[in-house]
Formats: sequence, structure tokens, C-alpha cells
Amino acid sequence: MSEFLAMGGYAWYVWMAYGGAALAIAVEIASVRARRKRAFEALRMSVEPTLRSPSMLGARGER
Amino acid sequence: MLINWFRFSSPVSFYPVAGSWSYAFGATAALLAGAGLVVALYIAPTDATQGDAYRIIFIHVPAAWMAMLIYLVMAGWSAFALGFNTRLSAMMAQALAPTGALMAAIALWTGAFWGRPTWGTYWAWDARMTSTLILLFLYLGVVALRAAIEDPRRADRACAVLALVGAVNVPIIYFSVQWWNTLHQGSSISLTGAPKMAMTMLAGILIMTAAAWCYTIAVVLARVQAIIVERERGAGWLESLIDLRAAR
Repeated sequence: MSEFLAMGGYAWYVWMAYGGAALAIAVEIASVRARRKRAFEALRMSVEPTLRSPSMLGARGER
Repeated sequence: MLINWFRFSSPVSFYPVAGSWSYAFGATAALLAGAGLVVALYIAPTDATQGDAYRIIFIHVPAAWMAMLIYLVMAGWSAFALGFNTRLSAMMAQALAPTGALMAAIALWTGAFWGRPTWGTYWAWDARMTSTLILLFLYLGVVALRAAIEDPRRADRACAVLALVGAVNVPIIYFSVQWWNTLHQGSSISLTGAPKMAMTMLAGILIMTAAAWCYTIAVVLARVQAIIVERERGAGWLESLIDLRAAR
């Protein structure tokens, strides 16, 4: 296992490359999910006027 | 089987299709990436000259290919949006830009960590590296331009023009290693000749490339769903989605 992690002496380069790519992909997936959720929340607020209380508008940064 | 493709040209009918395809392609991408990583990090033999540093190729090459391909697809949707003034084409172009930027950034990042042990430097102003950096800036430029223009229809046209003008950079990246005597090596895989590498290495790259394709399709479809909801708000059909979501 430690031999595998050592990558023949190139551990820093290999794992920085793979780790950086994995982190970037994880961030993109999370941000797309958050964006879809935000879009739905905004839609819900716009079609259900009964939910529109001043405090909620402020909290969600709605115009 | 005859598919009526025009049915998908409006956001109303495309929305649910995008959702189910996104999940299917996302699951496929995860399976392919899992298999590809086993080949890349474990099965593929250590390179005779580069040692294990070469294993970076399995993410570097697919990411670089995707970065170029996504740009061409984005420019294609942009041309379609300009020519036919279709909303969904512009939304597709809008959804592709961030993932294109991600792929260009991954290609540059992994390239730096490959260049250091093999060439002795993280970065050089080499023709291919510089043109790939310009590609990243073009993607970021499209995203920034979109954010700077309030009216989405005007933003569509401005971004489409920028995307089309920038497309000239893609052949420059692709042929840079032939046109200029440059630090970056030539291609090891081409459509016209036998690949200059072991079969398991080639298989690893192709599996990871397939994973990158599926990932891109999945994440772009998910993003286009968010864009549809953001931009079509006020259109009556979206209200039914809330009921659907609540029921699920």
C-alpha cells in the first residue's frame, strides 16, 4: 500500500494532479446542485405568494 | 425508431429529458471513472523513461481533449442561437462554458505537475500551454460577459459572438505542436496512425475519456435545468415542476 502511495518517488506530482482534479470536479458538482436548488427556491417563492413574508425575502436575498 | 428531435428544441419538453439523461450519464461516468482509475493507477505498467509520473496522462489528456471539444460544441450552439434565435441553444452554450473552463483548468493543473518532473518546470510560455491558457481565459470571458449583461437575450448574443470569435484558438491549440518547435511533445495518439504506447495505457486513456464525456454531458444537462428554471421563471409551465418535485 505504501509502495502504491509512493508512486515510484513521484507521489507529490501524481497525487497533486489527481487530487486537484478530483477537488475541482467535486466543487463543480456541488455548485451545480446548489444552483438548481437556488433556482427552484426562487421559483417557489415567485409562484407561491403566500410564502412571501418580509423576513423570508430578506433572508433569501430576493428582489 | 423515429425520434422527433424538434420536440426537444423547446425548454418545456427538454427539461424532464435533461433530468433523466443527466442521472443516466452521471452514473455511467462514475462507473467508467472507477474502472479507468484502476487501470490508470494500478494495472497500467510503470513507464520505462518517465516512471510513475506519466500516470498523470490519464487525466491530463482526456481533460485537454474535453476542453477543446466543449469549446467547439459551445461555439456550435452559439452559432445556432445567433442564426435561429433559439432560446435553448443559447442556454446550452451558457451551460457548457463553466465545465469547459473546469476542463481547461484541470488540463493546465495536471500538465504543470507532469511538466515539473519530466521537463524540469511547472510552467513555460510554450505554444500549446499558452494557447490552452488563452482557452481558459476565453471560457472565463464568456462567463464574465454573461454576468455583466442584465438582459439575458442580449447576453446570449454577446456571448455567442465572443464564443465564435474565440473558436479560432482551438485549431491553434491542436496544431501548435506541429506548427511550432515547442516544449510540449507531439501527440502520442492520432486518428491516422498507430498509437505510440502500450495497449493498457491506451485503454486507460480511452476509458477516462469516455468518463469525461459522460461527466460533461451529465453536469451540463443538470446546469441547463437550473438555467431553464432561472430564465423561464414567469412562464406558466414551470409551476407544474414544483408540484412534481413536491410529489417526489
